[in-house]
Amino acid sequence: MFEHKKDRIALPPANAQKTQTCCHFCIVGCGYHVYKWPADQEGGLAPDQNALGLDFRQQLPALKVTMTQAMTNVIQDDDGSYHRIMIVPDNDCKVNSGLSSTRGGQMASIMHSPQTPVGSQRLKYPRVFAGDEWRDTSWDQAVTLYSHLTKLILDDAGPDQLMFNLFDHGGAGGGFENTWGTGKLIFTGLGSKMVRIHNRPAYNSECHATRDMGIGELNNSYEDAQMADCIFSIGANAYETQTNYFLNHWLPSLQGQSTDKKRAVYDDGETIQQTRIILVDPRRALTVALLEQAIDKDNILFLDIEPGTDTALFNGLLTYVVDQGWQDEEFIKEYTTGFEDAVKANRLSLDETSEITGISKDKLIKAAEWAYKPKASGHRPRTLHGYEKGIIWGNDNYRIQSALVDLVLATHNVGRRGTGVVRMGGHQEGYCRPPYPGGRPAPYVDQEIIQGNGQMLTVWACNAFQTTLNAEQYRNEVLRRSDIVKQAMRKVRGAGPEEMAKVIHKAVKEDGGLFVTVIDLYATKFAEAAHMVLPAAHTGEMNLTSMNGERRLRLSEKFMDPPGTAKPDCLIAADMANALRKLYDAEGNAEMAKRFEGFDWKTEEDAYNDGFRRAGQSGAPDIDSQGGSNGHLATYERLRAAGNNGVQLPIREYKDGKLIGTEMLYTDGKFDTDDGKAHFQASPWNGMPDVVEAQRKKYRFWINNGRTNQIWQTAYHDQHVEFRRGRYPMAPLEINPEDAKDLGIESGDLVELFNDYGATTAMAYLEPDIKQGHVFMEAMYFNSVMGDLVTPWTDRNIIPYYKGTWADVRRVGRIDDYADRVSFKRRRYV
Amino acid sequence: MKLSRRRFLAGSGATVAGAGAALVWSPAQASESNPQPGKVMLDYPQTTISKAGDLKVGQPVSFSYPDTSSPCALVKTGRKTQGGIGPDEDIVAYSILCTHMGCPVNYSAEERTFKCPCHFSVFDSELNGQMVSGQATENLPRILLSYRDSDDSIEAVGVEGLIYGRQANILPSA
Repeated sequence: MFEHKKDRIALPPANAQKTQTCCHFCIVGCGYHVYKWPADQEGGLAPDQNALGLDFRQQLPALKVTMTQAMTNVIQDDDGSYHRIMIVPDNDCKVNSGLSSTRGGQMASIMHSPQTPVGSQRLKYPRVFAGDEWRDTSWDQAVTLYSHLTKLILDDAGPDQLMFNLFDHGGAGGGFENTWGTGKLIFTGLGSKMVRIHNRPAYNSECHATRDMGIGELNNSYEDAQMADCIFSIGANAYETQTNYFLNHWLPSLQGQSTDKKRAVYDDGETIQQTRIILVDPRRALTVALLEQAIDKDNILFLDIEPGTDTALFNGLLTYVVDQGWQDEEFIKEYTTGFEDAVKANRLSLDETSEITGISKDKLIKAAEWAYKPKASGHRPRTLHGYEKGIIWGNDNYRIQSALVDLVLATHNVGRRGTGVVRMGGHQEGYCRPPYPGGRPAPYVDQEIIQGNGQMLTVWACNAFQTTLNAEQYRNEVLRRSDIVKQAMRKVRGAGPEEMAKVIHKAVKEDGGLFVTVIDLYATKFAEAAHMVLPAAHTGEMNLTSMNGERRLRLSEKFMDPPGTAKPDCLIAADMANALRKLYDAEGNAEMAKRFEGFDWKTEEDAYNDGFRRAGQSGAPDIDSQGGSNGHLATYERLRAAGNNGVQLPIREYKDGKLIGTEMLYTDGKFDTDDGKAHFQASPWNGMPDVVEAQRKKYRFWINNGRTNQIWQTAYHDQHVEFRRGRYPMAPLEINPEDAKDLGIESGDLVELFNDYGATTAMAYLEPDIKQGHVFMEAMYFNSVMGDLVTPWTDRNIIPYYKGTWADVRRVGRIDDYADRVSFKRRRYV
Repeated sequence: MKLSRRRFLAGSGATVAGAGAALVWSPAQASESNPQPGKVMLDYPQTTISKAGDLKVGQPVSFSYPDTSSPCALVKTGRKTQGGIGPDEDIVAYSILCTHMGCPVNYSAEERTFKCPCHFSVFDSELNGQMVSGQATENLPRILLSYRDSDDSIEAVGVEGLIYGRQANILPSA
């Protein structure tokens, strides 16, 4: 039950139901156990009386348990019965070893409960806009309207008028089940290529470059951090955004606790040395600050790079390494192509590099020596390169990534234990879809919408109103076009779905309207533009498989019913496909009807077996699956048995009752290219894009942005959780105290940020670690959208430069009710 | 940072609500026709901790509450604080077991925060133990205090929030 002050907790009885789940927030995917039992019961204090097996008759020692009120809830199943749940970290999971982060630790709190503030916000029934108000309706009515309108548009104008904003991942709002279900509907059935993905305006990868060079972006294990000589962290803030990978693997390594792991995999005679870390970040982020307290300062090198100059950094390092002769000639010759050309194209002297990046030559040389200079034994150091939004959302994603992977290949820091060049990741993954029907670059769907194209937009488990670039213009156009449809719907009375579909079709075809459907857990900010909202289920309310940043596949088991009539996305997609098949069947169009066949799924497991487990099997269509052709080995039953350790993809075999996976890719020197060799790519330093440079010249502050520990993505859950919204009623904005003084800003003040593209607001936090002329803002927040300030510029694959914009800041005023409830103490552990 | 009137009142209000059972309805104050109401919270002991005059700014005093296995810290922050007691309304107390995994937190006199060395959570001593950053999912439990002008004494009278490593704040043996 929800109470605002609690000084006791109900323990799970010894016989409570126990299932496994993977945390559905960040990419790390910590293992947890879910206990569920009747709400009117509780376990006893003695170890044999509670399911945790702990002795609560006395004070437990530190590090024995993680168990707070946030890890409990009371839920109600469809049969009306109430149950208590407790979700606690799994001590035996190799990922987290019993640790929980502030995100995963709240999983129970965000499960649907009629009594809690967060539960009351969930969507429970399909809703259709009735001209002036929302009306709950049945799935049958909603799907009938959706399928009729879809068919009218498809038959009349073709698939390019059917646009989608679509999730692409695992964890919350994803899973192999749901990516497959939606992909099969949209790509195979509808044949639409007008799809934007997750947080970007086109259907693309944030890792095209590394893949083109033959290296998948998740190529090692978390344990490799404990075998590394050097961890090279680039544009990442692991403590806040990959918390337990950092706490459970990086930190022990940096604190000298992993010598045994090194000894087990190093060559005979290879020097074992203390792990060091190099961090590249224009901002002195929390990870940097706490490492200076937690480990020997002599083992940290912080490169506070000028924004957007990473390509120059990697090229300067590559040039220096080659000039010193530290490259691995044998590896380069045997397993790669294009080395000479890349070195020539990327050549940049230390002087030039230092001038562009703002990093001193001494530090550049030190970084090169730590990461690449042969060790005392003559062996090349094992350097693990972890990168994230600083590069992913950096200045020319494709080029920076190419420059980084060139450096990694030259020094053979892939395919050896303790190395890797990996994206640190945001969310978990779970990609399994038919091949995308569009080309590369894919259409810039947001611009298509802005230009008036597209008649129907389905927004599926993502929210571009908060997570796109040039967001203000995009939002305004979607709302304007949506309103044309609303006006048309407003004039209709007594129409059934078929008739309503015709009215809408006229509005979208002739009047420039846009019909918007939102499929989600909540009525998101995007739902303001919607005409139909469909309620989805998420982890815990369905069985869901996904993989983490070391390709570890797990099954998160269903333990409760979804609220109302909400259902898994894959089954929503199946409803739509089945309805369309019937419509085409009814008019005798067998060819079209056939495209919507194969959706006779009763459960999410049917979708999983149809997609993930059929990939690469004879008779199956082409399927792009992260499980590859051995995905078929991973049945739900086997994954249940594999527990929270699951199996690392690709699966090699099923032997002696166990799924055997792959800890590290490319150990055999065979890369993912046609010729099996890794390909260097020329990537000379190219400066700042013109449109970005124009903002830089015109405005005072670089608008750095990213996540803070407590907030997940768009805060879709968090905005309803008091512990989080109470902490951050608006997006926090870190600003240097001198800059703040100059602008008359104090901590807690509301400020407006504005430039040529838009304006947004945030709450100021004075922070001395932020450089003058920089600010750092929580990205994607529900009431402060940083994307409003971001230019429409993208790289060659339509990847935005979210980190690249400048704006002015002014004080707006102060809402005492906000400011009085939040701490303005420094977030850094110093 | 400026402390608005509202901020201060919001804090005091929260404390009175929490400590109300002890402060308002102490037997001496309750009239016979107004019986003591049932309690929502557990039955906490009243324990004298210190004299306000003995406290020095920024130097926390260790004590245990509600029993000997629950270490706490009494702090004179030096600044008028939400729910602070004593002549300067700047005395607060917290459980020092981090709500995340129970490591003892350290008081920073400079920042007036509690910091956990295990997983780096930071809690604000001037804002009901709010987690400033870190891995906990609950704020630091606050020890509710009562101050008596007559002899300058400070009593612990309750706990707001669940103490780490317990099913309930009061152990069965207590």
